[in-house]
Amino acid sequence: MVLLAGLAAWAVWPADPGYRTVDERVAVRTGPLGDSDVTLDTRLYLPDGASAGKKAPALLLAHGFGGTKESVATDAQDLAGLGYAVLTWTAQGFGASTGQIHLNSPDYEVRDAQRLLDHLAKRDDIQLDASGDPRVGVLGGSYGGALSLLLAAQDKRVDAIVPMITWNDLGNSLFAQSADTTDDGVFKQAWAGVFFSSGMSGGRGGGGGLDLESLGAGGANGAGGTGGAVPGDGAAGPANLNPQCGRWAADICQTYLRVAAAGRLDAASREQLAQRSPASVLNQIKAPTLLIQGLADSLFPLSEADANARGIAANGTPVRVAWFSGGHDGGDGPQSDSDRLKYLTAQWFDHYLKGNGAAPAGSFTYSRITGLDAVDRGTMATGYQVTDYPGLAGQGTVQVPVSGGPRTVANPPNGTPAALSSLPGTGSGALSSFVNGAVSDLPGQHARFESAPLEQAVSVVGTPSVLIRAASPTGEAVLFVKLYDVDPNGSAALSMGLIAPVRLTGLPTSIDQAHPVRVTLPGIVREFEAGHRLRVTVATADQSYLGPVAPVDYTVAVGPADGGAAVTLPTVPGTPIATADAIWLYVLLGLLALLAVGLAIVIFVARRRHRRVDHSVSAAHADTPLWVRGLRKTYGDFVAVDSIDFTVERGQVVGLLGPNGAGKTTSLRVLMGLTQATAGEVLIFGHRLAPGAPVLSRIGALVEGPGFLPHLSGEQNLAAYWRATGRPWEEARFDDALAIAGLGDAVKRKVKNYSHGMKQRLAVAQAMLGMPELLVLDEPTDGLDPPQIAEMRRVLQRYASDGRAVLVSSHLLAEVEQTCTHAVVVHKGRVVASGRVDEIVGDSPTTLLDVTDIDLASKTLDRLDGVAGYAVDGERTLVVDLGDVSRTEAVSALVRAGVGIDRVTPRRRLEDAFLALVGDSTAGSGDR
Amino acid sequence: MSVELKAERAAQGDGAAAGYRAGRTLTYAAEFARQWRRKRTQLALGFMVVLPIILLVAFELGGSDDDGRSGRGQFSQLSDAAISGGLNFAMFALFVSASFLLVVVVALFHGDTVAAEASWGSLRYLLAVPVPRARLLGIKLAVALSYSALAILTLLGTALLLGTLRYGWHPLQSGIAAEIPAGEGMLRLLATAGFLGINMLVVAGLAFLLSVLTDAPLGAVGGAVLLYIVSSILDQITALGELRNFLPTHFAQAYLGLLTTPMQFDDIIKGTISAVCYFTAFCALAFYRFSRKDVVS
Repeated sequence: MVLLAGLAAWAVWPADPGYRTVDERVAVRTGPLGDSDVTLDTRLYLPDGASAGKKAPALLLAHGFGGTKESVATDAQDLAGLGYAVLTWTAQGFGASTGQIHLNSPDYEVRDAQRLLDHLAKRDDIQLDASGDPRVGVLGGSYGGALSLLLAAQDKRVDAIVPMITWNDLGNSLFAQSADTTDDGVFKQAWAGVFFSSGMSGGRGGGGGLDLESLGAGGANGAGGTGGAVPGDGAAGPANLNPQCGRWAADICQTYLRVAAAGRLDAASREQLAQRSPASVLNQIKAPTLLIQGLADSLFPLSEADANARGIAANGTPVRVAWFSGGHDGGDGPQSDSDRLKYLTAQWFDHYLKGNGAAPAGSFTYSRITGLDAVDRGTMATGYQVTDYPGLAGQGTVQVPVSGGPRTVANPPNGTPAALSSLPGTGSGALSSFVNGAVSDLPGQHARFESAPLEQAVSVVGTPSVLIRAASPTGEAVLFVKLYDVDPNGSAALSMGLIAPVRLTGLPTSIDQAHPVRVTLPGIVREFEAGHRLRVTVATADQSYLGPVAPVDYTVAVGPADGGAAVTLPTVPGTPIATADAIWLYVLLGLLALLAVGLAIVIFVARRRHRRVDHSVSAAHADTPLWVRGLRKTYGDFVAVDSIDFTVERGQVVGLLGPNGAGKTTSLRVLMGLTQATAGEVLIFGHRLAPGAPVLSRIGALVEGPGFLPHLSGEQNLAAYWRATGRPWEEARFDDALAIAGLGDAVKRKVKNYSHGMKQRLAVAQAMLGMPELLVLDEPTDGLDPPQIAEMRRVLQRYASDGRAVLVSSHLLAEVEQTCTHAVVVHKGRVVASGRVDEIVGDSPTTLLDVTDIDLASKTLDRLDGVAGYAVDGERTLVVDLGDVSRTEAVSALVRAGVGIDRVTPRRRLEDAFLALVGDSTAGSGDR
Repeated sequence: MSVELKAERAAQGDGAAAGYRAGRTLTYAAEFARQWRRKRTQLALGFMVVLPIILLVAFELGGSDDDGRSGRGQFSQLSDAAISGGLNFAMFALFVSASFLLVVVVALFHGDTVAAEASWGSLRYLLAVPVPRARLLGIKLAVALSYSALAILTLLGTALLLGTLRYGWHPLQSGIAAEIPAGEGMLRLLATAGFLGINMLVVAGLAFLLSVLTDAPLGAVGGAVLLYIVSSILDQITALGELRNFLPTHFAQAYLGLLTTPMQFDDIIKGTISAVCYFTAFCALAFYRFSRKDVVS
C-alpha cells in the first residue's frame, strides 16, 4: 500500500518543480599529491526556499561514462523538486571540464568529488552534519555509480548512496569468466571498444549506453548512438588530442592498448583496474546503500551488484537491492520500472538524509517483462517483491536434466564469423535483443542440448547454472553458454540476450576424461512456462567477445558424466507489486456505479417533476377540442406569434387564415407539442397542453407538409406510423384512411417516388388514422388538383359532422370560405377576425365597380343620395360604400348617366379584412 | 373517398385516446423494424459479411508477398499470421476494421438515427403521436447501439466462419506472445471485439449528439468521423504528453494488450473509463438538448 501511494504521488509529480540553478566552474586540486589543477564544470540545482535559514540536504549526482552534467539534468530537476540541493558536474576528462580520464581513480575522480563535498560544505544554504561535513547523498549510473561507491568508501562524509548499473570489479566485468575456475576471463571487446572510443573524444553526450542514467525517465540519456561523438567535438581539454589516447590519461590508455591487443589481463592492469573498482574498498563503505542493477545489461550483469551488496552488507551497513528491466542494453526500461526506482530512491534519501519516514525495508524488488505496451509502445513489466534479498542463487532451486551426447564444435579462425547476442552501445534501441535475444547461432559453431518439456512453470529469478564438460586438443577452450526458453512451436528466446563466456584450461583431449565444470549463467528473471523446453547451447564464438585466433575443434557435453541434472534454476516466489494502474479498475467500477446512481436519480427527479406538473382538467372545456388563449411564441427578439386566442368546438371545421408568415404554422407547431410556447394557455379537451402530453394522442396532424420514410411504401409508412403509436391495430382503420388517400395501387410504391400531391394525400390519411377527435391540417390542399381539392373539402366537412373537429390552416381565402364553418384570421401573430364563416363572409356594404369612365362615374355617385362614399382604386375601379342605396339602383343610375360598366363585384367582409392585411405588406410578420 | 364515422370511444383519465400508453409508443421492436428496412442498414451489415470475403479472396490471390508489413512493430505480425487459422483470420478482420470501417459504421448508425427522421419530416409526427422525447431518444439510442453491436458481431462471425472453413481451427498466434490455445483464443477474440465495441462508444455518443443537434444526417455522421480522425491525429503528436490520455482515441488500440501473455488490462480499463465518460457526457448533452429543443424541421 505504501508503494502504491508512493507511485500515485510520483504520478502527480508537481509540474513546476521549483528550483534554481547555479552554473559554476569549480577549480579543484587533485591527483595523488594533490597538486594537479582541474576545473570542473558544475551546476547546482537549489530547491526553492533553500537558504541560510532553511538549509537543504545535498545530493551529488554523477553522470555516466561519456556524459556531462547535462546528461543528468532531468534527474537533477526531479530531485531538486523533492527539496534536495543537487550538485551535478562533468567529470574530469569530459565535456567542458579539464583534466583527463582516470577511470574513477581514487586519486583523481574520487578526489574531485571530495573537493566538491568541500565546496558544498562552504555554502550557507546546505545542511551540515558538522563543520565541513555536508549532509549529502551520492548517486549515479554506471561510471557515476562506481564513483558513488568509491567516494563513500574514501570519504566518511557521505551519508547515503544509490549506485546504479555499475561494477563491482572492472577487471571481472571486462574479462568475463562464468566458469567456476580461476582462469582468465574472456575479453568483452565490443563493450570495451565502445567505452574506450567514447573517451577518445572526451565525450559530450555520445556515451552510447554507458551514459545511461536508469533513474532518469528522459529518453535523451543513453540514446546518443554508439559512442560516435566526433573527436574533439566540444572537448575543452588539450587542443591537440593524442590520436591514440584522446582524453584518456596515459597510464589507463596504455593499459587498454595492451590488454585489448592481448585479450588477457596482466597483473599490472589487474591491479590498476582493482584500484578503480569498489570490490577493493567495500569493507569501508558505511553509507546506507541502495543498489540498482539492470536485467538487460551485458556489460555489468546482476552479479556485480550482488557482489557489492554482499560486500557492503558484511560491514553491517544497510543495503537494499532492486533490479529493473533495463540496463546498458535495455535503457531506462518500462515506465513502471522507472516509477518504482524513482520511488525507491526518493524513499532512501528521504530517510537517510532528511530523516523522514521509517527506515526503508530491506525487501528486494525486481520486475519481469510481460509484453509489449499496446498503447505507448515500449515494453511492459510487472514488478515483484520479496521480503529479503535472496542473492543470485534464489530461495529454491529446480534441477532440470538435459539430454544429448558429446558434440564437436568448431572455433572459427579469428573468431569470425560469430554469433551476435547483443549490440553494445545501442542502448534501448535494441528492442529485439531486449525481449528475445537477437542471437543467431552459426552452424558448426554450437551444440544444443534440450530438456524434456517442463511439467510445470518455473519462475526463475537469479543465475541459473549449467554443468559442462569440454575437451580440447590445445587443452584450452573459450566457450559461450546460453540458456534458451523454447516454446512448443520450437521458437527459442534468450533472456535479454545474455550469454555466459567461459575460458577453460587444462582440458583433456578426450571428452571421456573431462570433469564437469559449473558455469554460472547471467542472472535473469523469466517465467519458463509449462510445456516449454530448456535448451543449453554451447557455442565457440561471439562477436562481443575476443576468442582464440586459431581454428580449433572442441568436444563439448552438458551435465555430469553419469547423466544427472545439468541445469540448476534458482527460483524466488515473488509477490507482484500492485501498480498505481490497479486503481483504475476501482475507478471504473466506481464510475459505473456512479452512472447507475446518477441515472436512477435523473429518472426519479423526472418522474417527480412530471407528477408535480398540473394535470388538472378544466371541466368547463372538457368537451372543447381546442381552446387557445394568449398564445405567444418568440425566438429571441423576434415575435413569431404575438397573442392568439381562438376556440375549436366539436362539429366545427375551423379555418386558420392568414398570409404566409402570419404565425399559423408556428401556432400549429405549439399545438402539436413540437415547440414550447413562450406564454399562453392551450387546453385540449380541457387538458393542459405540454410537449408530449398524452392528450395529443387525440389529435391527428399534418403540420408543415408530409414526413415519410422514403424507403417504405405508402402502406408501410402508415403501418410504421401506427406501430409507433403503440395503439391497438384495429383502431387504426387503415381502409378508411387509405380510401381518403385515394392512391390506388400506388400505395404499394415507395414514397420517394411519389409526387407532392400524393404525399400530401397520404399525409392527410396518416393524420386521420385512428379517427382522432381533432384533426389539425396545415395547408392540406397544397399540391392537390381541383377535383382533389373539392373531394378534400367534402371529406373534411363530413369528418366534423359527428362531433369531431377540424382545424385547417390556409392562406387561401376561397378554401377557407368553402370548407370551414368557422374562421380565424391571423396577421402578424395576432387574431384580426374570428367567428362563423358566414358571419365574417356576409355581405359587406362595399361593392367593386369596374367602369369605362371613372370621372363620370364619380360625378354620378356624388349626385346619388344615400351613397356613403367611394374610393378610386386603379384606373377603372371604384370601391363604393353604397350605404342605403341598393346595387341595382346604383348600377342603373350609372348606366343612365352613360357610364359603361364592365363588372360589379360585391365585396365581403372576410375579403376586406384579408386584403387590407395583405395590402399593408405582402410579407407577413415573419417570412420563414 | 368515403369516410365512415363512428362515435368516439371514451378517452382515458389523462386525456389520452383509447389504447394510447406512453410506454407503448415506438417500441424497441418498432424502431428496430423502421431501421431494418433502410438500405443503409442493410448495406452496412452486408458489408460486414462482404469484408471477410474480400479479405479471404485477397489472401488467396495475393500469394506470398512479404513487404506488406505495416510498420507497427511486433504487432504487424498480426497480419502475417492472419491465414494461420480461423481465429487469426477473425482477429485480422477486426484489426483492419477497427481504425476506420467500424468508426464509420457506428457513426452511421448513431449519427443518422435522429437527423434522418428530422430531414424526412417524420420526427415531428413521432413527437405528435406523442412519443415522449426521452423515450424516443432512448429507444433510438438502444437500437443504434444494437445495430452497431450487430455489425461487429456479424463481422466477427463471418470472418470466424470463413476463416475456420478455409484455414481451420487452430490456436491463436499473436506474434508477440506464445501460441494461445483455441478455446482461450476464442475468449480473447470475443474480449477484443468487446473492447472494440466499448471503444466505439466514443464515436457512438459523439455521432448521436450531433444527430440531435443537426437535421443533416451526413453532417452528423461526417462530423463524428472527422472529429474521431482529428483526435487520432493529435494522438500521434507525442509532444502533447499527458494531454493525450484525454483524447478519446488514445486507448483505441489497447485491445492489442489482449494478445500478449499475460494480458494487459490496464490500458483496456483506462480506455473503458475514457469511453464510458465520453459516451455519458455526449449522451447526457444529447438528452438535455433534445428534451428542450424546438423541433422545427
